[in-house]
Amino acid sequence: MKEITILSGKGGAGKTSVAAAIASVAKNAVFCDNDVDAADLHLIFNPEIKERYDFDSGTLAVIDPDVCTNCGICVEHCHFDAIHPNAIEQLEVNPFQCEGCRLCERVCPEGAIESVYNNNNHWFVSNTRFGTLVHAKMGPGEENSGKLVTEIRKKAKEIANQINADFIINDGPPGIGCSAIASITGTDAVLMVIEPTLSGLHDAKRLVELINTFNIPVFAVINKFDLNREITEKVKNYLDENSISLIGKIPFANEMVESVVNEKTIIEYAPDNKISKEFYSIWEKIKNN
Amino acid sequence: MKIAIASGKGGTGKTTVSVNLYSTFARFFDNNITLIDCDVEEPNDALFFKNRKLILEKEVQQIIPEINTEACTFCHKCADWCEFNAITIIKSVAFAEINKELCHSCGACLVACEYNAITEHPHPLGVISHFDTGIGNGLIEGRLEISSSMQTMLIKEVKKEISENNSITIIDAPPGTSCPVVETVSDANYIILVTEPTPFGLHDLKITVDLLRDIKKPFGVIVNKAGLGANEVYKFLDENNIELLGKIPFTKAYAKNYASGTILENVPKEIEDTYREIAEKLLTKQLQQ
Repeated sequence: MKEITILSGKGGAGKTSVAAAIASVAKNAVFCDNDVDAADLHLIFNPEIKERYDFDSGTLAVIDPDVCTNCGICVEHCHFDAIHPNAIEQLEVNPFQCEGCRLCERVCPEGAIESVYNNNNHWFVSNTRFGTLVHAKMGPGEENSGKLVTEIRKKAKEIANQINADFIINDGPPGIGCSAIASITGTDAVLMVIEPTLSGLHDAKRLVELINTFNIPVFAVINKFDLNREITEKVKNYLDENSISLIGKIPFANEMVESVVNEKTIIEYAPDNKISKEFYSIWEKIKNN
Repeated sequence: MKIAIASGKGGTGKTTVSVNLYSTFARFFDNNITLIDCDVEEPNDALFFKNRKLILEKEVQQIIPEINTEACTFCHKCADWCEFNAITIIKSVAFAEINKELCHSCGACLVACEYNAITEHPHPLGVISHFDTGIGNGLIEGRLEISSSMQTMLIKEVKKEISENNSITIIDAPPGTSCPVVETVSDANYIILVTEPTPFGLHDLKITVDLLRDIKKPFGVIVNKAGLGANEVYKFLDENNIELLGKIPFTKAYAKNYASGTILENVPKEIEDTYREIAEKLLTKQLQQ
């Protein structure tokens, strides 16, 4: 079994559209949406939810105003500047700034602080026309998206082992922070989607630097390559210099946008389009590598 | 006035809107304006200011604790207090270590340790740079150290650089809806959500709207790449009484300029007019505050 994570550094490069197209051509695969912050793959996959789980993203501190003496010891100890006086000068924890370290609870001499579990995140195992999809829905403003990515990847792997799947395809998050790191750790290969813009190239370079710290093979696809051929050449040169194999080039086409509007993969929406043929060829290269 | 530019989905045009609004305000309305790039995982704003001059660069450190095994009694209290599972203690082999990647620098272990066995040491978190951009007060950028998953901590440091003497501050936020976004927008007076008229754009817009309503922030929407995709987004804005601040049409020529980083040079008249109208609307909001 081989696990492949689709990433781009820059958002909007086309990770989800590429993941969806691959879903149409890959056989015997399990899919996992690692972009837990703004998950979109389900919009194409139209999942039928089979199992639902709560994800515990940690705790949040709450001050009981009836017990609190406003002594300020918690404020001094908080490294996240999360405790402030409210309109009536009573100390209060800002739930969006609290990281759930529980230090305030431990240092409070009055026992006025309690930590409450936060169950605002959920994840799912679903049936889809492409196979099993593991996906998540985070509550707004939540912490620990990296931990949630690790959790759903673990489930995807478990399912893949059970059904003897040949592939796990992870649709990754943008960026290079905690959830990107969590989606690279332990994967077998990264498929990088690059849009030929200065920002796209800049962001891809930072992503490659990160992936290199893991020693994982990287393959690249240039999306909308005909939008600016000069930058596409720069991207190609960069890939060459870094020995990253370019396994496909996708032109800009309205059909790509239309397929999303119609909740279909490009291969379902326009099977005879040259882009669909390109995806078959991209998949052959990934499969045989 | 602090205006944050956010979007759930990546690649909808946050950076395009941020640099254009900055330039529009500086050229036509108020030159006392600063641009802040808080997309610390993939900062791109600087790419659009060809003649930028770096005026100040500083490294930001995260303080990470270390255990001195000479003084440690392996009592395990620090590990019990660590809510992030960053501390491993194995008494039988006199092993005590803190994992830098998992540590949130909350300070709990230092308070927990009764034997003065824990000391704090700096660890690179990222770089904050100030650029002269020729117009306005310039750009301040945060750039996360590769492999660090502490983006929110760096964003806090970047925000400390904002001068209270600016009449306008434009803050370019990271994509998503989790903690780094909340940290970025938390002290903005107004938030502009940038979306694109695709099902992915709309889905991620909806979850971002939920977030902003949760944290009670005033906001409006800019639809970028208008004309591409479908029209559901306008219906959604209408039904939910969300102000449409402006529409930026999609043209291949403009996308090509974005690709080469030249969107601030030779701005097409209709796009310039759209940004001027948006700037006027924002200034009216400021007067109403």
